[in-house]
Amino acid sequence: MFRLLIRASALALLVIVLGLVVVMIMAALSSIRAFGWWFLFTSIWDPVAEHFGALPLIYGTIVSSVLALLIAVPLGIGAAVFLSEVAPPWIRPPISFLIELLAAVPSVVYGLWGIFVLAPWLRTQVQPALGATLGFLPLFQGPPYGVGMLAAGLILAIMVVPFIIAVSREVLLAVPDAQREAALALGATRWEVTRLAVLRYARSGLIGAILLGLGRALGETMAVTMVIGNRAEISASLFAPSYTMASMIANEFAEATSDLYLSALVEVGLLLFVVTVIVNALARLLVWSVGGAVKEVRE
Amino acid sequence: MADGIIVRQLHAWFGALHVLRGIDLTVDPGAVTAIIGPSGCGKSTFIRCLNRMHEVVPGARAQGQVLLNGEDLYAPGVDPVQIRRRVGMVFQKPNPFPMMSVFDNVAAGLRLDGVRNHALLDEAVERALHQAALWDEVKDQLGKSGASLSGGQQQRLCIARALAVRPEVLLMDEPCSALDPIATAKIEELIVELKKDLTIVIVTHNMQQAGRVSEATAFFLLGELVECDRTTRIFTNPRDRRTEDYITGRFG
Amino acid sequence: MKGGLRRVVNRMMACLTAFAALLVVLPLILILAFLVYQGASAVNLDFFTQLPKPVGEPGGGMANAIVGSLTLVGLASCLGLPLGILGGVYLAESRDRRLPWIIRFLADVLNGVPSIVIGIFAYTIVVLPMRRFSALAGGFALAVIMLPIVLRTTEELVRLVPASLREAALALGIPEWKVMLRVVLPTARAGIITGVMVSVARIAGETAPLLFTAFGNRFWHHGLLQPIAALPLQIFAYAIAPYDDWHRQAWAGALVLIVMIFSASLVARIVTRGRFSGLR
Repeated sequence: MFRLLIRASALALLVIVLGLVVVMIMAALSSIRAFGWWFLFTSIWDPVAEHFGALPLIYGTIVSSVLALLIAVPLGIGAAVFLSEVAPPWIRPPISFLIELLAAVPSVVYGLWGIFVLAPWLRTQVQPALGATLGFLPLFQGPPYGVGMLAAGLILAIMVVPFIIAVSREVLLAVPDAQREAALALGATRWEVTRLAVLRYARSGLIGAILLGLGRALGETMAVTMVIGNRAEISASLFAPSYTMASMIANEFAEATSDLYLSALVEVGLLLFVVTVIVNALARLLVWSVGGAVKEVRE
Repeated sequence: MADGIIVRQLHAWFGALHVLRGIDLTVDPGAVTAIIGPSGCGKSTFIRCLNRMHEVVPGARAQGQVLLNGEDLYAPGVDPVQIRRRVGMVFQKPNPFPMMSVFDNVAAGLRLDGVRNHALLDEAVERALHQAALWDEVKDQLGKSGASLSGGQQQRLCIARALAVRPEVLLMDEPCSALDPIATAKIEELIVELKKDLTIVIVTHNMQQAGRVSEATAFFLLGELVECDRTTRIFTNPRDRRTEDYITGRFG
Repeated sequence: MKGGLRRVVNRMMACLTAFAALLVVLPLILILAFLVYQGASAVNLDFFTQLPKPVGEPGGGMANAIVGSLTLVGLASCLGLPLGILGGVYLAESRDRRLPWIIRFLADVLNGVPSIVIGIFAYTIVVLPMRRFSALAGGFALAVIMLPIVLRTTEELVRLVPASLREAALALGIPEWKVMLRVVLPTARAGIITGVMVSVARIAGETAPLLFTAFGNRFWHHGLLQPIAALPLQIFAYAIAPYDDWHRQAWAGALVLIVMIFSASLVARIVTRGRFSGLR
């Protein structure tokens, strides 16, 4: 009886996940039928004419996430290396604690800060400066709105960094001390030990950490919605407003006037779901593989 | 030309725990010195002081003099990193770098030193693998992962890795305890060959092994050096009662 | 590389990594400082006791949002906690071969699903059939988010309870479910509470899934079958609105929200501090 109860509870999870997939596919069906593959490649998002193409959303999601990673990965892995290899033991608890706090701050609070602190700062200081110095690059052209791709990328970076650090740190700590000793005994400096024995050994795990960060960035909704400018257009400039898949859903779902509109939004959600699941699954595989290499050496 | 080591009044601590007390010991050049003693007697701590690996552990420190060819390794201003080039180490469990090939493992120390020339690296790696009696077994598999070899081969790979930078001394911390008898025998043969070019200090809990490979043996107990003498003397006619008790198996 | 250069590189990398760590912590300090500065001045008794005023009128508070958030968390826990804890016990105890592996994998998958997608799920399952936004829908969405966290934490914790303890109880003839209820779960209690607090902290801050399930409400909700206000929703609505007074209140709301979340995390830590040392 007891066994049945706990098994049923576990099965509930199975039912929920399967249910989620099935329900979403069904809800997205009319949009899928109406637009087919072109949904992924067209740029028109017109609720009035009922013509939907998700390309600008895909673009915005990818670019903002990549931008976030470009900032968060070096900082995150650097900080993880610091915590795991360089820092004296007494520094680790406070900094780890602070980083955990960073991870606990809700998205909407980041967004609030983004609207009232980050965006104005970008608009008045950073973007004019960038435009003046590097304005010949299409990346930094256009009027300084403050909100836009750059703001979204920065805020995503801040939000993703704690996850990258947490996972990277675990991965680095999983590297056996015997490896570090081997490098040390060869006459390596602390950095060389890290480079040779630790980073190399943990490489796939670190890539996993990066992918986990990517997964997080792709699905992040509120903070991005609040600072990205909410315009479904593809632009080469980081100053331009943009739109992500998650933000579109957040803004439009409750207001969707027609069934096809709703279905199109669900299809966007389905797309987001598929991409994040794949990225997360890959990430987990890689993170677990660091444990695998340990088995090899023991043999 | 191999160098000898003279240890004077070496003390070591883990935090407040005093693990080595005033060790005075001479390690003869071109010979194998075995360190024996029961668990916890400080023998591993001792050899880790010889290449200044002991102090790497947070809270650990050492004090005293360790003279390698007359130079004190613990003199102020001495860079531990440089010392470890001259005093190499092989560990109890083989620890080759699994993400590197056999070749890269052996070349690792040389590359750290800045050697880039392929010809030089090839030659040094081949020489080291010959010295470690591993060349014949891996010469066609230099590109394979360091971790793909058997346990005994991995340990010889680690020895080759240590030898590639031409150290003056080789420290071995129970190098055979994770290996089967055949692999052990191969390494013991190797040690006997190596002592022609190097000074070797080997920690072992296997007294027969000490008897087979070493010229001198030092017996440690509770952080103190009880007795150090020619191996034949220690095992047949030890001076100290405690040594005799250990050797005859009354404890340990 | 010469020895000197290697030493320099070593020191430089140490500095660079330290700098990275500093840069990472900096935004947190900035955000928290700003939050406290802006929010503290805006928080007053009205905030906790009054409803939002009509558009354009200054003043008012977020009393309904605070109560709403607590309600939603409570609702979510009613579904998420029992399923999560029992499911976690299953994963730790079961001798089945494939099912536990599948469940674990799916729990990890669910964990990574963006919360807005879970909102869509809750919308389709609860809001559409009921034809209205409701607290139930919001609670369901949050429960789905909470479930994998509680599941995995409980599993980990129950595993940590030494087998000897269980075997001793079983050997005394005590039925399995009683062993679980009276022996294993109490021993793992501290850790399970941590898992619960962690998941509560997580869902308390969630906004996206509530946007079209709980939907928000400018007044008190009447029953669980109506839209309900929630703190994150209110903060969002006020933040993007054009009224300065609303912005001020948004900061206050953010401060209160953060305090709630950090308290939950703190409780989680404190509970595990002493009790846990025997198990880990």
